[in-house]
Amino acid sequence: MDDKHLALRRKKYMNPYLAGFLLGLVLLAAFYLTGRGLGASGAVKSVVVTAVDAVAHDHALNSDFYGKYVTKDKPPMQAWLVFEILGVIFGGLISGAFSGRLAFKIEHSPRITSKKRLIISAVGGVFMGIGASLGRGCASGAALSGMSVLSTAGFISFLAIFGMAFIVAYFVRKIWI
Amino acid sequence: MGPLITQGIISGEWNSMLAFLIGLGFGISLEQAGFSSSRKLIGIFYGYDFVVLRVFLTAALTASVGLIYFHYLGWIDLEMVYINPTFVWSAIIGGAFAGVGIILGGYCPGTSFTAASIGKIDAMAYIGGIFVGILFYAETYSFLWKDLHEMTPLGKVKIFDSLGISQGLFAFLFIVFSLVIFFASFGLQRKFSNRKLKY
Repeated sequence: MDDKHLALRRKKYMNPYLAGFLLGLVLLAAFYLTGRGLGASGAVKSVVVTAVDAVAHDHALNSDFYGKYVTKDKPPMQAWLVFEILGVIFGGLISGAFSGRLAFKIEHSPRITSKKRLIISAVGGVFMGIGASLGRGCASGAALSGMSVLSTAGFISFLAIFGMAFIVAYFVRKIWI
Repeated sequence: MGPLITQGIISGEWNSMLAFLIGLGFGISLEQAGFSSSRKLIGIFYGYDFVVLRVFLTAALTASVGLIYFHYLGWIDLEMVYINPTFVWSAIIGGAFAGVGIILGGYCPGTSFTAASIGKIDAMAYIGGIFVGILFYAETYSFLWKDLHEMTPLGKVKIFDSLGISQGLFAFLFIVFSLVIFFASFGLQRKFSNRKLKY
């Protein structure tokens, strides 16, 4: 199928205010049902802790970082966020299938190659992994959920994340526009 | 009265199932909003697409005002809701690292999972990077990050207490602030969206 037909089949995105309202209701449901907000990076942390614990149990037990998690009764893979992220992946898949957006694709500016995009993206992931660990959560866990309960931490995280991204945006504009 | 699991009204065994269902709603909302496209997400930093700001602020407003009303109506005990503790410097430095991650990768962790689920290979590379980043942080925690991570603890402090105003006034100002941002973003987008970008 050529590009033109594909574009016709592809549904448009939802109105951002409606999508935001729905996301807010999901967040509200999370607080009402389970007493906690949303998150994402914590799920990756669970997998990292589980993997390190499986490969090097003694190292994990003696570490300042892993020790906080592996000594507890519940194995880290059973953490709430892991189930939530499985839901996110499945939800994204359903939504993408419904709107005709399922396709293997590397999205990048025409000014850079696919290979360069993948490398820069992975480097970005490393920064995010460090930042989310240090800042006690990512954009959804620390900023969005934190702002919903009006915690000071949530607002500081929001300003720091978006503020830094704005500052760096100018210097890396070539990779996007 | 909520939170239902924390209060024991719904059995704790349902917690994982609820987590999955909540995640399902989270993933569908993000994907439908267009958060599975990095170039759409990143538009806010170059002025051509403000979807992130609109969705993010609308969601935060809906949830925060919703929680205030739920509490007012006696539907939820806010004392039992998890409030993330404030550590000023780790939030600022950690947020700065996360900001660099977003502008380089084009995703935050949540959106990268949604994007990967519809087949974005750049999002999969990003998730791989997050694994490496957390592993690096964990391995270097005791001598690089531990002191910074625990610095300046303020406890579970709320923003309106930090600013010295009432909760109601803060909620009102937050709504006004968001409306101003929404209107400003219309004008800015019109100015910058003449860049012909395909995404």
